[in-house]
Amino acid sequence: MISLSGLIDFYTFYNFFRGIFESVGLGESSAWISYLATGILLSFIVINVMIIATAFYTWFERRTLGRFHVRRGPNRHGPFGLLQPFADVMKLIMKEDTLPDEADKPVMTLAPIALVAPTLLIITVIPLSENSFLGSLNIGILFIVGVTSVNSIAIFMAGWGSRNKYAVLGSMRGAAMLISYEIPMALGITSVLLLSGSLAMTEIVKSQDIWFIAVMPLGFFVFMAAATAEMSRTPFDQIEAESELGSGYNTEFSGIKFAILFLAEFMAPIVTAAVAATLFLGGTKGFDPIPGQAWFALKMFLVIFVLLWFRATWPRLRVDQIMAFAWKGLFGLGLFNIFLVAIEIMLLSGSAGELSKSDLLIMSIVNWTITISTLLILLNLFGHKKLERPEPVPSPLANMAAEAD
Amino acid sequence: MTKVLTGYDMAEAIESGVPGSVIKSDNSNVWVEPHSILEVSKILKNPGGLDFSYLLSISAVDYIENFELVYHLVSMRNNYSGIVKLSCSGRLEPSVPSVIEVWQGADLQEREIWDLMGIKFEGHPNLKRILLWEGFEGHPLRKDYLG
Amino acid sequence: MEGIRTEPVTINLGPQHPSTHGVFRLRVTFDGEQIIDVEPVFGYLHRGTEKLAESRNYVQIVTLTDRMDYVASMSNNLAYVRTVEKLSGIEVPERAQYIRVISAELQRVASHLMATGFLLNDLGALATPLTYCFRERERILDLFEMLCGARITLSYMRPGGIFQDTTEEFWESLGSLIVDLPHYIDELEALISSNEIVLARTRGVGILSDEKAIDCSVSGPNLRASGVQWDLRIADPYEIYNRVKFEVPIGALGDTFDRYYVRIAEMRESVKIITQCIEQIEEGPIRTEVPFIIRPPVGEAYCSVEGPKGELGFYMVSDGGISPYRCKVRAPSFLNLTPLRDMLKGWKMGDLIIILGSIDIVLGEVDR
Repeated sequence: MISLSGLIDFYTFYNFFRGIFESVGLGESSAWISYLATGILLSFIVINVMIIATAFYTWFERRTLGRFHVRRGPNRHGPFGLLQPFADVMKLIMKEDTLPDEADKPVMTLAPIALVAPTLLIITVIPLSENSFLGSLNIGILFIVGVTSVNSIAIFMAGWGSRNKYAVLGSMRGAAMLISYEIPMALGITSVLLLSGSLAMTEIVKSQDIWFIAVMPLGFFVFMAAATAEMSRTPFDQIEAESELGSGYNTEFSGIKFAILFLAEFMAPIVTAAVAATLFLGGTKGFDPIPGQAWFALKMFLVIFVLLWFRATWPRLRVDQIMAFAWKGLFGLGLFNIFLVAIEIMLLSGSAGELSKSDLLIMSIVNWTITISTLLILLNLFGHKKLERPEPVPSPLANMAAEAD
Repeated sequence: MTKVLTGYDMAEAIESGVPGSVIKSDNSNVWVEPHSILEVSKILKNPGGLDFSYLLSISAVDYIENFELVYHLVSMRNNYSGIVKLSCSGRLEPSVPSVIEVWQGADLQEREIWDLMGIKFEGHPNLKRILLWEGFEGHPLRKDYLG
Repeated sequence: MEGIRTEPVTINLGPQHPSTHGVFRLRVTFDGEQIIDVEPVFGYLHRGTEKLAESRNYVQIVTLTDRMDYVASMSNNLAYVRTVEKLSGIEVPERAQYIRVISAELQRVASHLMATGFLLNDLGALATPLTYCFRERERILDLFEMLCGARITLSYMRPGGIFQDTTEEFWESLGSLIVDLPHYIDELEALISSNEIVLARTRGVGILSDEKAIDCSVSGPNLRASGVQWDLRIADPYEIYNRVKFEVPIGALGDTFDRYYVRIAEMRESVKIITQCIEQIEEGPIRTEVPFIIRPPVGEAYCSVEGPKGELGFYMVSDGGISPYRCKVRAPSFLNLTPLRDMLKGWKMGDLIIILGSIDIVLGEVDR
């Protein structure tokens, strides 16, 4: 596998800056100065690349949704509408930045920032190569789970700060939903950890001799369902259901604050796709001669497209149904998956506690059969009851064929 | 084919149930006393009798000396329809008992008639203006309303 | 739990709202997520149609009636001209009756497509089913344009018949549409009726029992979804409905899913009716000779048709002049709102929009 390592490597930049500062003659302090300079440069790269990527993702989403709706998406600004995101951003920047009189100003101003910052932070631990950003952080996954918890606070801040009945209602529903879905997400991630043995993202990628989606499909399902809910995307987007409460928690936001909220909402699928590609789809592993980073981009694209597909075709669930799905459905499935994987590891692992490739193959076959049969059984138990429609019997209260005498 | 009951059949049934309520009847309509409309409706809805279970519509017409309320009724079980009319006099505040206890479908229709024609319905739980706003003066559908 | 004090909150689902199908206002009182009380407020679109009709002649009122239920103009026209014909004793030639029935059934399909599309849009399926429904509705509106030049407010019918005959192009397009529609309706139904999420959100929600529906003067697909098999086209056939065979679908429970399903089944029946009409129609005159300014004899008449929303009736009183003395409209959407409060109590906020959407109201008709 070819990997363009050294491309966005932390130490490449560090040594580069060190060289410059030492030649300038700063001596001892060049260590921490070049550390600082590297940090600032890498943050600059992360923020800019992510913002531009989000901008193009909004274009992609609108074009694709248009195709699903038998219409074209935006095609006025620039060829194929490629400049549409820039037009949107310019419009949003030029709008008046409203701040309701009775609103809680610090809370309202900080809420969009509190929503964007965690999403940006997650990208830093994604392993794009051996030493990219913080890819080798030894608590990588724990960092991700911890940081995504902040977005439930941010959504609540957004609603509370607006001092608007609808916004508070929407944000309370949102906070409840986001907190509930963190547990299934953690359960999905735990099953990956059982197989990889380490919290560091680069180690997880290395241990995927067979992609984990093949080894434990149930874990993938639990993780993707929980992640979709964490991003408040259909079918779980009750909190911003336009048809019900105006606009939910972002009713009172306009101008730049809204632009940042919008940005955070659309950055989430990209980041989730990156995490899913790393944890379940093998990260940067792939066949030669295409470099690993290109494989990673392809996998991210696939996950993003599937998430978009769900958004375009499924209606949304009601709030109590969403909660029931988290606490009863996904929680149970997640626990079941962990036990399954743990038992298999116990039975199959060799003397050193290592799992060989053939062991993973056995596990994948067993897990696929178990997953498909479990899902079919559950669907039959809970789903098909609803498909049965009792035969309609004409009511005796009306008789339209009566020939009056 | 829905048979339309003649006024004479309706008058017969109504007289037998609520004596003294029929004022006159002709081939297509029957007129009843305004204040007896509630008992008449109960008789008409009676499943043993004419069994008019469905209130099709209540209309109000402004003939200058009096107002006329027309009740179109349908019996779905037996597929016939009938008309009952009421004539109430007085331009200022004519009032008539409400038939909402008998057919709940009269709810919105009576509010509309109060709103646009100015006929009050006694016994209606929520007689407010429905198509025009509270505070509107006058009743537009009357013939002497000059907007 | 004692010790926790909750307060019900009253929220205004205001006149401007993306999902209330027009300018319709609901004052809802919630206790948490549950609805305790609902008070509908309408009248935002009241234009005084009945009063205006008293100062226009009988042909001009056809244009007024178009704009009442602006989604289904043909049915409004049909109800009105039938009342005028009954009042004045005018006979309508056969070819006109066939074309009237074809237009009314096409209009029924268009109206139900719109209702279904918007119901699914309210469910949150982000306009995808809506655009598919509208794609077929566009074809029907193109057919109407061939008939009379307009797409929405058609004014196609006149007392005595219809105002202009059809062209060859119309019959060809109609033929191809009739062949495509059943496949399309099957596709729509398969896409949605077996979708878990739609079922979970509409099954058992907002139940209206048959006694309550009859007591509250509900009509149309809502009444049939509650199990009451009452269709004016069979109970009291008008035009040429006694010469075509079709069925009347009913629902089993009276919940939101049944109201949606009955509309889909009715679309299929409409296609059958149109097919039979195309086979049976013959050449002939399209309008009897009536003076432009009709003066019906003194009298009154009530006549109704089975429109897509329910039973649309006109009660007209004539005093022999050129305008009616009183023209009262029995609006189905207005009366279908009678049981709204009882249907909504006890359900959650997410269900409110679904139940309101399944009743399928058009504010032009509610407010007139």
